[in-house]
Amino acid sequence: MPLIGCHDCDAVVEEPDVPSGGSAICLRCGGTLFRRQRATVEITLALTTAAAILFVVANAYPFLSFEMQGQVTRTTLASGTVALWEGGRLAVAVLVFLTTILAPALQISLLLYVLAPVHFHHPAPFAVEAFRWVERCRPWSMMEVFLIGILVAVVKLSDMADIVPGLALWAFGLLIPILAGGTAFLDAEIVWREIGDLD
Amino acid sequence: MRATRPPVTDLEGPHAQCHVCNLVVAVPRGPIHGLSCPRCRTGIHRRKPNSLSRTWALLIAAAICYVPANIYPVMEVTTLGARQADTILSGVIYLAVNGTWPLAVIVFVASVVVPVLKIVALVFLATSVQLASQWRPRDRARLYRVVETVGRWSMVDIYVVTILVALVHLGSLASVEARVGAFYFGAVVVLTMLAAESFDPRLIWDQQVEDGHPAVRDVRQEAADTQAAAGGDDGG
Repeated sequence: MPLIGCHDCDAVVEEPDVPSGGSAICLRCGGTLFRRQRATVEITLALTTAAAILFVVANAYPFLSFEMQGQVTRTTLASGTVALWEGGRLAVAVLVFLTTILAPALQISLLLYVLAPVHFHHPAPFAVEAFRWVERCRPWSMMEVFLIGILVAVVKLSDMADIVPGLALWAFGLLIPILAGGTAFLDAEIVWREIGDLD
Repeated sequence: MRATRPPVTDLEGPHAQCHVCNLVVAVPRGPIHGLSCPRCRTGIHRRKPNSLSRTWALLIAAAICYVPANIYPVMEVTTLGARQADTILSGVIYLAVNGTWPLAVIVFVASVVVPVLKIVALVFLATSVQLASQWRPRDRARLYRVVETVGRWSMVDIYVVTILVALVHLGSLASVEARVGAFYFGAVVVLTMLAAESFDPRLIWDQQVEDGHPAVRDVRQEAADTQAAAGGDDGG
Protein backbone atom coordinates (compact mmCIF):
# COMPACT_ATOMS: atom_id res chain seq x y z
CA MET A 1 0.00 0.00 0.00
CA PRO A 2 1.41 3.41 -0.91
CA LEU A 3 1.82 6.05 1.78
CA ILE A 4 -0.39 9.07 1.80
CA GLY A 5 -0.02 12.21 3.83
CA CYS A 6 -2.55 14.57 5.40
CA HIS A 7 -2.35 17.93 3.68
CA ASP A 8 -3.49 19.72 6.85
CA CYS A 9 -1.37 18.14 9.60
CA ASP A 10 1.32 16.06 7.85
CA ALA A 11 0.31 12.73 9.39
CA VAL A 12 1.55 9.90 7.16
CA VAL A 13 -0.52 6.74 6.82
CA GLU A 14 -0.82 3.74 4.58
CA GLU A 15 -3.50 4.43 2.02
CA PRO A 16 -6.77 2.95 3.29
CA ASP A 17 -9.12 1.17 0.90
CA VAL A 18 -11.99 3.57 0.32
CA PRO A 19 -15.08 2.66 -1.73
CA SER A 20 -15.90 4.87 -4.70
CA GLY A 21 -17.77 7.97 -3.59
CA GLY A 22 -16.32 7.77 -0.09
CA SER A 23 -13.65 9.87 1.50
CA ALA A 24 -10.87 9.26 4.00
CA ILE A 25 -10.73 11.57 7.00
CA CYS A 26 -7.57 12.21 8.98
CA LEU A 27 -7.98 10.84 12.49
CA ARG A 28 -5.68 13.42 13.94
CA CYS A 29 -6.92 16.73 12.53
CA GLY A 30 -10.25 15.84 10.91
CA GLY A 31 -9.14 17.08 7.48
CA THR A 32 -10.11 15.22 4.31
CA LEU A 33 -7.24 13.02 3.14
CA PHE A 34 -8.83 12.31 -0.23
CA ARG A 35 -12.14 11.51 -1.88
CA ARG A 36 -12.12 8.30 -3.86
CA GLN A 37 -13.96 8.42 -7.16
CA ARG A 38 -13.19 5.51 -9.45
CA ALA A 39 -14.67 6.89 -12.66
CA THR A 40 -13.31 10.33 -11.86
CA VAL A 41 -11.80 10.98 -15.28
CA GLU A 42 -15.00 10.11 -17.16
CA ILE A 43 -17.43 11.94 -14.84
CA THR A 44 -15.33 15.07 -14.53
CA LEU A 45 -14.59 15.06 -18.26
CA ALA A 46 -18.31 14.90 -19.08
CA LEU A 47 -19.25 17.66 -16.63
CA THR A 48 -16.35 19.87 -17.70
CA THR A 49 -17.29 19.50 -21.37
CA ALA A 50 -20.80 20.67 -20.51
CA ALA A 51 -19.31 23.50 -18.47
CA ALA A 52 -17.11 24.56 -21.40
CA ILE A 53 -20.11 24.85 -23.72
CA LEU A 54 -22.08 26.82 -21.14
CA PHE A 55 -19.08 29.07 -20.49
CA VAL A 56 -18.90 30.00 -24.17
CA VAL A 57 -22.64 30.73 -24.23
CA ALA A 58 -22.35 32.75 -21.00
CA ASN A 59 -19.67 34.92 -22.57
CA ALA A 60 -21.09 35.26 -26.07
CA TYR A 61 -24.69 36.26 -25.38
CA PRO A 62 -26.23 39.25 -23.56
CA PHE A 63 -26.17 38.86 -19.83
CA LEU A 64 -28.54 41.47 -18.45
CA SER A 65 -30.45 44.30 -20.09
CA PHE A 66 -31.31 47.47 -18.26
CA GLU A 67 -34.29 49.52 -19.38
CA MET A 68 -35.04 52.97 -18.09
CA GLN A 69 -37.34 55.51 -19.73
CA GLY A 70 -36.96 53.94 -23.13
CA GLN A 71 -33.18 53.70 -23.00
CA VAL A 72 -31.71 50.23 -23.03
CA THR A 73 -28.25 49.07 -21.93
CA ARG A 74 -27.22 45.54 -22.84
CA THR A 75 -24.32 43.92 -21.04
CA THR A 76 -22.26 40.80 -21.45
CA LEU A 77 -20.16 39.04 -18.84
CA ALA A 78 -17.14 41.12 -19.83
CA SER A 79 -19.00 44.47 -19.72
CA GLY A 80 -18.26 44.97 -16.04
CA THR A 81 -14.52 44.63 -16.57
CA VAL A 82 -14.65 46.99 -19.54
CA ALA A 83 -16.73 49.61 -17.67
CA LEU A 84 -14.41 49.54 -14.65
CA TRP A 85 -11.37 49.84 -16.91
CA GLU A 86 -12.86 52.82 -18.76
CA GLY A 87 -13.77 54.43 -15.45
CA GLY A 88 -10.11 54.31 -14.45
CA ARG A 89 -10.42 51.52 -11.85
CA LEU A 90 -7.73 49.42 -13.46
CA ALA A 91 -6.82 47.20 -10.51
CA VAL A 92 -10.45 46.38 -9.73
CA ALA A 93 -11.08 45.69 -13.42
CA VAL A 94 -8.16 43.26 -13.50
CA LEU A 95 -9.37 41.54 -10.33
CA VAL A 96 -12.88 41.09 -11.72
CA PHE A 97 -11.54 39.86 -15.07
CA LEU A 98 -9.25 37.39 -13.30
CA THR A 99 -11.89 35.93 -10.99
CA THR A 100 -14.91 35.80 -13.30
CA ILE A 101 -13.38 35.13 -16.71
CA LEU A 102 -9.72 34.16 -16.80
CA ALA A 103 -9.54 31.77 -13.82
CA PRO A 104 -12.75 29.88 -14.78
CA ALA A 105 -11.64 29.75 -18.44
CA LEU A 106 -8.24 28.35 -17.48
CA GLN A 107 -9.77 25.93 -15.00
CA ILE A 108 -12.20 24.53 -17.58
CA SER A 109 -9.86 24.43 -20.57
CA LEU A 110 -6.88 22.98 -18.68
CA LEU A 111 -9.08 20.31 -17.10
CA LEU A 112 -10.24 19.29 -20.58
CA TYR A 113 -6.65 19.37 -21.83
CA VAL A 114 -5.50 17.07 -19.04
CA LEU A 115 -8.46 14.70 -18.73
CA ALA A 116 -9.36 14.02 -22.37
CA PRO A 117 -5.92 12.53 -23.20
CA VAL A 118 -5.96 10.53 -19.95
CA HIS A 119 -9.29 9.05 -20.98
CA PHE A 120 -7.85 8.02 -24.36
CA HIS A 121 -4.59 6.84 -22.76
CA HIS A 122 -2.44 9.33 -24.65
CA PRO A 123 -0.87 11.60 -22.08
CA ALA A 124 -0.72 15.18 -23.33
CA PRO A 125 2.55 17.12 -23.33
CA PHE A 126 2.89 19.41 -20.29
CA ALA A 127 -0.06 17.67 -18.60
CA VAL A 128 1.74 17.98 -15.25
CA GLU A 129 2.12 21.75 -15.57
CA ALA A 130 -1.45 22.11 -16.82
CA PHE A 131 -2.90 20.16 -13.90
CA ARG A 132 -0.82 22.19 -11.46
CA TRP A 133 -2.48 25.30 -12.87
CA VAL A 134 -5.95 23.75 -12.54
CA GLU A 135 -5.36 23.48 -8.79
CA ARG A 136 -3.81 26.94 -8.66
CA CYS A 137 -6.77 28.58 -10.44
CA ARG A 138 -9.44 26.97 -8.31
CA PRO A 139 -9.50 29.40 -5.35
CA TRP A 140 -9.56 32.38 -7.75
CA SER A 141 -12.46 31.17 -9.84
CA MET A 142 -15.43 32.88 -8.20
CA MET A 143 -18.39 32.55 -10.53
CA GLU A 144 -20.77 31.45 -7.77
CA VAL A 145 -19.94 34.59 -5.79
CA PHE A 146 -20.56 36.64 -8.94
CA LEU A 147 -24.03 35.08 -9.20
CA ILE A 148 -24.93 36.33 -5.72
CA GLY A 149 -23.56 39.72 -6.78
CA ILE A 150 -25.98 39.72 -9.73
CA LEU A 151 -28.86 38.94 -7.41
CA VAL A 152 -28.00 41.84 -5.10
CA ALA A 153 -27.48 44.25 -8.01
CA VAL A 154 -30.84 43.30 -9.55
CA VAL A 155 -32.64 43.87 -6.24
CA LYS A 156 -30.94 47.25 -5.87
CA LEU A 157 -32.04 48.33 -9.34
CA SER A 158 -35.48 46.77 -9.39
CA ASP A 159 -37.39 49.86 -8.22
CA MET A 160 -35.46 52.12 -10.58
CA ALA A 161 -35.64 50.27 -13.87
CA ASP A 162 -36.59 47.06 -15.67
CA ILE A 163 -33.95 44.36 -15.64
CA VAL A 164 -34.26 41.70 -18.31
CA PRO A 165 -32.16 38.55 -17.90
CA GLY A 166 -30.44 37.39 -21.06
CA LEU A 167 -29.60 33.92 -22.37
CA ALA A 168 -26.10 34.17 -20.89
CA LEU A 169 -27.49 34.52 -17.37
CA TRP A 170 -29.30 31.18 -17.63
CA ALA A 171 -26.19 29.53 -19.03
CA PHE A 172 -24.21 31.04 -16.18
CA GLY A 173 -26.68 29.79 -13.59
CA LEU A 174 -26.45 26.25 -15.02
CA LEU A 175 -22.70 26.40 -15.38
CA ILE A 176 -22.04 26.94 -11.69
CA PRO A 177 -23.55 23.71 -10.29
CA ILE A 178 -22.14 21.70 -13.22
CA LEU A 179 -18.60 22.97 -12.70
CA ALA A 180 -18.95 22.53 -8.93
CA GLY A 181 -19.99 18.93 -9.62
CA GLY A 182 -17.02 18.42 -11.91
CA THR A 183 -14.71 19.68 -9.19
CA ALA A 184 -16.37 17.57 -6.49
CA PHE A 185 -15.99 14.40 -8.58
CA LEU A 186 -12.35 15.14 -9.34
CA ASP A 187 -10.08 12.65 -7.60
CA ALA A 188 -6.78 14.47 -8.05
CA GLU A 189 -4.72 11.53 -6.78
CA ILE A 190 -5.94 9.25 -9.57
CA VAL A 191 -5.19 11.91 -12.19
CA TRP A 192 -1.71 12.55 -10.75
CA ARG A 193 -0.98 8.84 -10.93
CA GLU A 194 -1.97 8.82 -14.59
CA ILE A 195 -0.06 11.88 -15.73
CA GLY A 196 2.81 12.02 -13.25
CA ASP A 197 6.40 11.11 -13.98
CA LEU A 198 6.21 8.07 -11.68
CA ASP A 199 5.11 4.65 -12.83
CA MET B 1 4.52 4.93 27.52
CA ARG B 2 2.22 7.78 26.57
CA ALA B 3 4.08 10.44 28.49
CA THR B 4 7.37 9.62 26.83
CA ARG B 5 6.14 9.85 23.24
CA PRO B 6 7.85 12.44 21.09
CA PRO B 7 5.95 15.28 19.37
CA VAL B 8 3.37 13.90 16.95
CA THR B 9 5.00 15.44 13.92
CA ASP B 10 8.57 14.58 13.11
CA LEU B 11 10.12 17.58 11.37
CA GLU B 12 13.31 15.72 10.63
CA GLY B 13 11.58 12.52 9.55
CA PRO B 14 12.16 10.34 6.51
CA HIS B 15 9.12 11.60 4.61
CA ALA B 16 7.99 14.90 3.18
CA GLN B 17 4.77 15.62 1.37
CA CYS B 18 4.53 17.47 -1.93
CA HIS B 19 2.47 20.66 -1.48
CA VAL B 20 1.01 20.38 -4.93
CA CYS B 21 0.24 16.74 -5.74
CA ASN B 22 0.28 15.36 -2.15
CA LEU B 23 2.77 12.61 -2.97
CA VAL B 24 4.66 11.34 0.08
CA VAL B 25 8.32 11.40 -0.85
CA ALA B 26 11.17 9.65 0.94
CA VAL B 27 13.74 12.29 1.86
CA PRO B 28 17.03 12.31 3.76
CA ARG B 29 16.70 13.06 7.46
CA GLY B 30 17.17 16.63 8.56
CA PRO B 31 16.63 19.84 6.57
CA ILE B 32 16.04 19.36 2.86
CA HIS B 33 17.10 21.67 0.07
CA GLY B 34 16.80 21.58 -3.68
CA LEU B 35 14.67 18.45 -3.93
CA SER B 36 11.74 18.31 -6.29
CA CYS B 37 8.73 16.04 -6.41
CA PRO B 38 9.39 13.02 -8.66
CA ARG B 39 5.74 13.03 -9.75
CA CYS B 40 4.89 16.67 -10.45
CA ARG B 41 8.33 18.32 -10.43
CA THR B 42 7.43 21.00 -7.85
CA GLY B 43 9.98 21.86 -5.19
CA ILE B 44 9.66 19.77 -2.03
CA HIS B 45 9.56 21.51 1.35
CA ARG B 46 8.70 20.08 4.73
CA ARG B 47 6.67 23.23 5.40
CA LYS B 48 5.56 26.16 3.26
CA PRO B 49 8.66 28.40 3.13
CA ASN B 50 8.56 31.43 5.47
CA SER B 51 4.94 30.67 6.21
CA LEU B 52 4.57 32.76 9.36
CA SER B 53 6.39 35.89 8.21
CA ARG B 54 4.49 35.90 4.92
CA THR B 55 1.19 35.41 6.73
CA TRP B 56 1.95 38.26 9.13
CA ALA B 57 3.03 40.62 6.36
CA LEU B 58 -0.13 39.96 4.33
CA LEU B 59 -2.34 40.25 7.40
CA ILE B 60 -0.87 43.62 8.39
CA ALA B 61 -1.34 44.89 4.83
CA ALA B 62 -4.96 43.62 4.86
CA ALA B 63 -5.67 45.31 8.22
CA ILE B 64 -4.28 48.61 6.90
CA CYS B 65 -6.39 48.43 3.73
CA TYR B 66 -9.46 47.55 5.78
CA VAL B 67 -9.71 51.13 7.12
CA PRO B 68 -9.98 53.03 3.80
CA ALA B 69 -12.10 50.16 2.43
CA ASN B 70 -14.80 51.06 4.94
CA ILE B 71 -14.33 54.83 5.17
CA TYR B 72 -14.25 55.67 1.46
CA PRO B 73 -17.26 55.12 -0.77
CA VAL B 74 -17.14 52.10 -3.06
CA MET B 75 -19.44 53.70 -5.61
CA GLU B 76 -21.26 56.86 -6.53
CA VAL B 77 -24.80 56.79 -7.86
CA THR B 78 -26.19 59.62 -9.95
CA THR B 79 -29.95 59.75 -10.48
CA LEU B 80 -31.50 62.78 -12.25
CA GLY B 81 -28.49 64.90 -11.42
CA ALA B 82 -28.42 64.03 -7.70
CA ARG B 83 -25.24 62.30 -6.55
CA GLN B 84 -25.03 59.85 -3.72
CA ALA B 85 -21.92 58.06 -2.49
CA ASP B 86 -22.23 54.58 -1.00
CA THR B 87 -19.82 52.91 1.39
CA ILE B 88 -19.85 49.17 2.08
CA LEU B 89 -21.93 49.68 5.22
CA SER B 90 -24.42 52.16 3.73
CA GLY B 91 -24.96 49.67 0.90
CA VAL B 92 -25.98 47.04 3.44
CA ILE B 93 -28.28 49.48 5.22
CA TYR B 94 -29.88 50.42 1.92
CA LEU B 95 -30.61 46.76 1.21
CA ALA B 96 -32.05 46.21 4.68
CA VAL B 97 -34.40 49.18 4.32
CA ASN B 98 -35.36 49.04 0.64
CA GLY B 99 -34.52 45.55 -0.44
CA THR B 100 -35.11 42.18 1.02
CA TRP B 101 -33.92 41.04 4.42
CA PRO B 102 -32.29 37.76 3.45
CA LEU B 103 -30.17 39.53 0.86
CA ALA B 104 -29.14 42.22 3.33
CA VAL B 105 -28.04 39.51 5.75
CA ILE B 106 -26.00 37.74 3.05
CA VAL B 107 -24.25 40.94 2.05
CA PHE B 108 -23.68 41.98 5.69
CA VAL B 109 -22.10 38.62 6.49
CA ALA B 110 -20.06 38.49 3.28
CA SER B 111 -18.70 42.02 3.30
CA VAL B 112 -18.63 43.06 6.96
CA VAL B 113 -18.45 39.95 9.14
CA VAL B 114 -16.26 37.71 6.96
CA PRO B 115 -13.33 40.10 6.37
CA VAL B 116 -13.10 41.01 10.07
CA LEU B 117 -13.45 37.41 11.25
CA LYS B 118 -10.90 36.30 8.70
CA ILE B 119 -8.27 38.78 9.84
CA VAL B 120 -8.99 38.04 13.53
CA ALA B 121 -8.93 34.27 13.00
CA LEU B 122 -5.64 34.33 11.08
CA VAL B 123 -4.03 36.63 13.67
CA PHE B 124 -5.19 34.18 16.32
CA LEU B 125 -3.83 31.15 14.42
CA ALA B 126 -0.48 32.77 13.67
CA THR B 127 -0.11 33.95 17.29
CA SER B 128 -1.01 30.52 18.67
CA VAL B 129 1.63 28.89 16.47
CA GLN B 130 4.19 31.51 17.43
CA LEU B 131 3.51 30.83 21.13
CA ALA B 132 3.70 27.06 20.61
CA SER B 133 0.17 26.72 21.97
CA GLN B 134 -1.14 23.28 22.95
CA TRP B 135 -4.72 24.52 22.98
CA ARG B 136 -7.22 22.41 21.00
CA PRO B 137 -5.22 21.83 17.80
CA ARG B 138 -8.13 20.01 16.17
CA ASP B 139 -10.42 23.00 16.56
CA ARG B 140 -7.74 25.35 15.32
CA ALA B 141 -7.29 23.13 12.26
CA ARG B 142 -11.03 23.32 11.67
CA LEU B 143 -11.00 27.11 12.09
CA TYR B 144 -8.31 27.31 9.42
CA ARG B 145 -10.40 25.26 6.99
CA VAL B 146 -13.41 27.52 7.57
CA VAL B 147 -11.33 30.66 6.97
CA GLU B 148 -9.94 29.15 3.80
CA THR B 149 -13.33 28.31 2.29
CA VAL B 150 -15.37 31.30 3.41
CA GLY B 151 -12.98 34.09 2.35
CA ARG B 152 -13.95 34.22 -1.30
CA TRP B 153 -17.52 35.29 -0.50
CA SER B 154 -16.35 38.77 0.46
CA MET B 155 -16.00 39.47 -3.25
CA VAL B 156 -19.80 39.88 -3.50
CA ASP B 157 -19.63 43.63 -2.98
CA ILE B 158 -16.98 44.12 -5.65
CA TYR B 159 -19.22 42.25 -8.08
CA VAL B 160 -22.30 44.29 -7.15
CA VAL B 161 -20.36 47.47 -7.94
CA THR B 162 -19.08 45.92 -11.18
CA ILE B 163 -22.55 44.96 -12.37
CA LEU B 164 -24.08 48.33 -11.44
CA VAL B 165 -21.28 50.18 -13.22
CA ALA B 166 -21.79 48.05 -16.33
CA LEU B 167 -25.58 48.36 -16.38
CA VAL B 168 -26.20 51.94 -15.36
CA HIS B 169 -24.53 54.51 -17.55
CA LEU B 170 -27.21 56.79 -18.93
CA GLY B 171 -25.37 60.06 -18.26
CA SER B 172 -27.09 62.46 -15.85
CA LEU B 173 -30.33 60.45 -15.98
CA ALA B 174 -28.75 57.57 -14.13
CA SER B 175 -25.18 56.39 -13.79
CA VAL B 176 -22.98 54.51 -11.36
CA GLU B 177 -19.25 54.92 -10.96
CA ALA B 178 -16.79 52.89 -8.92
CA ARG B 179 -14.91 54.81 -6.25
CA VAL B 180 -11.60 54.26 -4.51
CA GLY B 181 -13.14 52.27 -1.62
CA ALA B 182 -13.72 49.43 -4.09
CA PHE B 183 -9.98 49.25 -4.72
CA TYR B 184 -9.17 48.97 -1.02
CA PHE B 185 -11.95 46.49 -0.41
CA GLY B 186 -10.73 44.31 -3.26
CA ALA B 187 -7.24 44.57 -1.79
CA VAL B 188 -8.53 43.33 1.59
CA VAL B 189 -10.15 40.29 -0.04
CA VAL B 190 -7.06 39.40 -2.09
CA LEU B 191 -4.62 40.00 0.78
CA THR B 192 -6.61 37.88 3.25
CA MET B 193 -6.93 35.10 0.66
CA LEU B 194 -3.18 35.17 0.12
CA ALA B 195 -2.59 35.27 3.88
CA ALA B 196 -4.74 32.16 4.35
CA GLU B 197 -2.87 30.46 1.52
CA SER B 198 0.52 31.32 3.06
CA PHE B 199 -0.35 29.97 6.48
CA ASP B 200 0.72 26.35 6.86
CA PRO B 201 -1.82 24.51 9.06
CA ARG B 202 0.76 21.82 9.75
CA LEU B 203 2.59 24.32 11.97
CA ILE B 204 -0.29 23.89 14.44
CA TRP B 205 0.64 20.22 14.81
CA ASP B 206 4.38 20.61 14.91
CA GLN B 207 4.26 21.74 18.52
CA GLN B 208 1.74 19.22 19.79
CA VAL B 209 3.11 16.76 22.29
CA GLU B 210 0.60 13.86 22.10
CA ASP B 211 -2.78 15.49 22.63
CA GLY B 212 -5.94 13.84 23.88
CA HIS B 213 -7.00 12.69 20.42
CA PRO B 214 -5.84 9.44 18.93
CA ALA B 215 -2.91 10.15 16.67
CA VAL B 216 -3.08 8.65 13.22
CA ARG B 217 -1.23 5.36 12.98
CA ASP B 218 1.99 6.96 11.94
CA VAL B 219 4.05 4.74 9.69
CA ARG B 220 7.21 6.63 10.52
CA GLN B 221 6.69 5.97 14.22
CA GLU B 222 5.88 2.37 13.48
CA ALA B 223 9.04 1.92 11.42
CA ALA B 224 11.09 3.37 14.25
CA ASP B 225 9.42 0.98 16.70
CA THR B 226 10.09 -2.01 14.45
CA GLN B 227 13.67 -0.98 14.10
CA ALA B 228 14.02 -0.67 17.87
CA ALA B 229 12.41 -4.09 18.33
CA ALA B 230 14.76 -5.61 15.78
CA GLY B 231 17.66 -4.77 18.01
CA GLY B 232 18.51 -1.18 17.18
CA ASP B 233 20.02 -1.94 13.80
CA ASP B 234 21.51 1.35 12.62
CA GLY B 235 21.45 0.62 8.90
CA GLY B 236 19.95 3.34 6.69
